[in-house]
Amino acid sequence: MKLGYYPGCALHGSSNDYEQSLKACLGALGVELEELDDWICCGASAAHSLNHTLDVALPARNLALARRQGHAEILAPCPMCSMQLLKAAKAAAGDVELRAAVETIIEAPVDAGAGVLNLIQVFEKSGLDQIKSAVKRPLKELKVACYYGCLLLRPPAVTAFDDAEEPRTMEAVVAAAGASPVDWNYRTECCGAGMTMANPETVLELSNRILENARAHGANCLAVACPMCHVNLDMKQAAIEQRYGVRYGLPVYYLSDLVGMALGLPEAGLGTQRHFVAGPVSAKEA
Amino acid sequence: MDLEPERSPRVMETAVPSLPAAGEIESLSHTQIAQCYQCGKCTAGCPMAGQMDSPPTRLMRLLQLGDVEGALRAQSIWQCVSCQTCSARCPKQVDCAGVMDALRQLAYQRGRVSPAQRRTVIFQQAFLDNIRRYGRLNELELIARFKGEVFLRGRALGVLFEDSGLAPKLQRRGKLHLRGQRVKDREVVERIFARALNGGGR
Repeated sequence: MKLGYYPGCALHGSSNDYEQSLKACLGALGVELEELDDWICCGASAAHSLNHTLDVALPARNLALARRQGHAEILAPCPMCSMQLLKAAKAAAGDVELRAAVETIIEAPVDAGAGVLNLIQVFEKSGLDQIKSAVKRPLKELKVACYYGCLLLRPPAVTAFDDAEEPRTMEAVVAAAGASPVDWNYRTECCGAGMTMANPETVLELSNRILENARAHGANCLAVACPMCHVNLDMKQAAIEQRYGVRYGLPVYYLSDLVGMALGLPEAGLGTQRHFVAGPVSAKEA
Repeated sequence: MDLEPERSPRVMETAVPSLPAAGEIESLSHTQIAQCYQCGKCTAGCPMAGQMDSPPTRLMRLLQLGDVEGALRAQSIWQCVSCQTCSARCPKQVDCAGVMDALRQLAYQRGRVSPAQRRTVIFQQAFLDNIRRYGRLNELELIARFKGEVFLRGRALGVLFEDSGLAPKLQRRGKLHLRGQRVKDREVVERIFARALNGGGR
């Protein structure tokens, strides 16, 4: 399978371990990624907070690039990016006037029918049965709190993916990797997302609730499919522990780490040693 | 009462005329604020509601009563983490998160931002300026600009030391990029920003 690839800024910045992980994992599954040439930032929360036109124009430019470069479907592994791309396509499709204005702004036709996939959808396209049969090392020791966060699912009218309140897709992928997903309450609660710098107290508070609930339900790790969730739950975990006087030591895996490990890929190739909280699996290997 | 059924998108939804004062917010967010019947489900699911002066339900009511100014000056519109839970759960399909976006955009453009929320606006502004220059985010430059501005404008020395211990840890993990990425065609990015910020379209 060949897909267009929109990495987004985080995966080419401090979340480059996510890119390393998904490239190794999808490579092993025979998914070929072709990065969009000269993609630009989707605008993230800054654009939708400050300027409506920019909020549509920036992602629309990337959809136009995807069409120009011949990609019917693109993987956007950051949910902020994928939501922005889908939202722009929907806004342009539903508002003729806006669409015309945006086309002038971005100097290209808007591709309102663009197929934008998140990481879970790419695993589904590869086939969970195929993944299951390719598993070399089932992750029996892992009890995984699957954490969806916000933008994989919401707003549902834009993402049109899974059930916004009771999602099951990530659990299905984790189970295919031979691990045990746990039942818990904070799967779709917000971690504070892009407020990491602007409002750090908020991030500590919201992310603490998530880690606390995961632990209370017997998880020994979390799975995410979002660079911002990973930053807040993994990189910030020590600060959360300090702020609330608790000790979690809960490793946070990208979904592609778990599938990759189950496929028998070495953790060094997936980049899990670059996370802040070391996992039981990497501890065992070391 | 004129229900204008031929314009109703769904049987159960009545098309309510736009409230004049809130009309701009409705057109920016493509939502009908008058549809809100104050059930409070948005606020019940809002992770920030406990800290908000005007949680989403109250913002909707302010707008229904025509107090746009009060809504624009609310702290809550900048405390919102844009998790979209309010919009996802609204039984009347009011896009509360979209209204939050519209309120932020208007408060920013009209200089109505509550001084206590300046820090968040500095971050968003620094983020946009950063991608305007390079087309993609340059994290180190964003951090430097954000911290510098919060320090200078708020006389807040502490911000300079926030998370400063993380830098060496990020570097050890190959997550720190001294030279940020930039797109090849930076001119087109500049043109997109210039047109959009000059009200290109709307």
